[in-house]
Amino acid sequence: MRVRLHEVAHARAGDKGNLNTISLIPYDPAWYPALCAAVTPEAVAAHLADRVAGPVVRHRLDNLAALIFVCPRAPEDTVTTSLHLDAHGKSLSSALLELEVEVPGAPG
Amino acid sequence: MTTAQARIACGAGFAADRTAPAVDLVERGDLDVIALECLGERTVALAALRRLADPAGGFDPMLAKRMRLLLEPLHRTGTRLVTNAGAADPVGAARMVRALGAELGVPTTVAAVTGDDVLDRLDRTAPAWEDGLPLEAHGELVSANAYIGADALLPALDTPAAVVVAGRAADPSLFLAPLAHTLGWDTADWARMAAGTLVGHLLECAGQVTGGYFADPGRKPVPGLADLGYPLAEVDSDGAAVVTKLPGTGGRVDRMTVVEQLTYEVTDPRGYLTPDVTLDMSAVAVTDTGGDRVAVRGARGRPRPAELKVSVGYRAGFRGEGEIGYAGTGALARARLAAEVVRERLAGVPARLRVDIVGHSALHGAALAGAAEPYECRLRVAGLAADRAAAEAVGEEVSALYTSGPAGGGGLRVGTEEVIGVLSTTIPRERVETGVVVLEGGAGR
Repeated sequence: MRVRLHEVAHARAGDKGNLNTISLIPYDPAWYPALCAAVTPEAVAAHLADRVAGPVVRHRLDNLAALIFVCPRAPEDTVTTSLHLDAHGKSLSSALLELEVEVPGAPG
Repeated sequence: MTTAQARIACGAGFAADRTAPAVDLVERGDLDVIALECLGERTVALAALRRLADPAGGFDPMLAKRMRLLLEPLHRTGTRLVTNAGAADPVGAARMVRALGAELGVPTTVAAVTGDDVLDRLDRTAPAWEDGLPLEAHGELVSANAYIGADALLPALDTPAAVVVAGRAADPSLFLAPLAHTLGWDTADWARMAAGTLVGHLLECAGQVTGGYFADPGRKPVPGLADLGYPLAEVDSDGAAVVTKLPGTGGRVDRMTVVEQLTYEVTDPRGYLTPDVTLDMSAVAVTDTGGDRVAVRGARGRPRPAELKVSVGYRAGFRGEGEIGYAGTGALARARLAAEVVRERLAGVPARLRVDIVGHSALHGAALAGAAEPYECRLRVAGLAADRAAAEAVGEEVSALYTSGPAGGGGLRVGTEEVIGVLSTTIPRERVETGVVVLEGGAGR
């Protein structure tokens, strides 16, 4: 089943200097392997190309069934010197949840 | 004296956070300690700049308001308070709190933790983490604050102070230090330092673990969001903890809210660095026991980093901004035309320019925005320039759209502000000397 991530997972974005972190947590841990397969660092970098300079690093937390994406921004695009309306990149969690992926067994 | 369990709460997760939940926690929480985390990455740099203009302006302006509400309940319940709201002037903040106690008839001994200000001992040729260039190549440095840890806060907790005011203490350390003090932990016990740091990391953003910054109607409902309760943790001497909130308050504490906060702002879950420990979250277990109670255990610790992180503030120039709105049929096309006009007019003026259409593509760009036509949208233009006049040109060109731009623009907003940029570097621990200044409670200043 092809779904927007918003249908199967929740997320929160944070920031450190010119890095954004975005966590991705499936509502049902049974979908975690599918998210691991589909939501690759490359897919996230391409999806968020407007805000992320890349390369994206992904951390798996199998103990929590959660993923963390660390997304480097351009060097001059730090939280304090950014010209973006959302300088912190806090809304990036919502952007990630717009990504469409294949999740077997997900609700339609 | 140490106990088998500590009760610790978070009463503020950032400088402008609500005040009432902290009072409620002190009144009803049966707490040992409440911590207020009030310092963002650039807040201390801004405070340093304020202090240059006004010697009394170096600490969090909201602190007096918070303490006016909290001093009496703290005194009555015997709860201690730890905060980093001292920002660029912890001693000045402590003086203010002590004077406020005298004014309110609640004599309060206050301890200030000093030594995080390392501007005079910073290696200005050290590379910034962000771009690898020497710190001093970015502009005039106005502040440098080392992230000090529990070892700097513990001597203050050994005094009779009811209120401990620090500057740039690391956020989780505001919680770890009182836990270590209450439970008698050794700061070289990496497992317990990790457990306490994990608790601090979960609590430090206040409402973010109790359902704040979480609600998504239809997906993630949060009851009573307008009356959100802030969190408290019950922590055992072995480091096992339960995160919860006061009965009757709004919000929710469950596996979902806890895992979102656990993963928040984490760049390496196997090596989360603080001044106190290197925390490994890869074996943490989160158990939802219902009733807004979540048990957390399994943090693993390795020795703390040899160097301390330093946040360095520098003068980064001036940011000029302007916004104007368009509505009705063709609003997006008129906003795009206005954008073209402003781009052409400002070519080469600010060093960097960004032009967005709010209501369409301002947050994540045109690709995600698609082709949807909004009823209304706003042109937003922002520029960064070395001098104020070039930054002001941004607002001037957006203003000129009133009589010289596309049809129907309205709701003009313009502004210019100095930008204090923040860079990161490290400093050897031995170059940072922390201390404690105790101001005994009693009358007068």
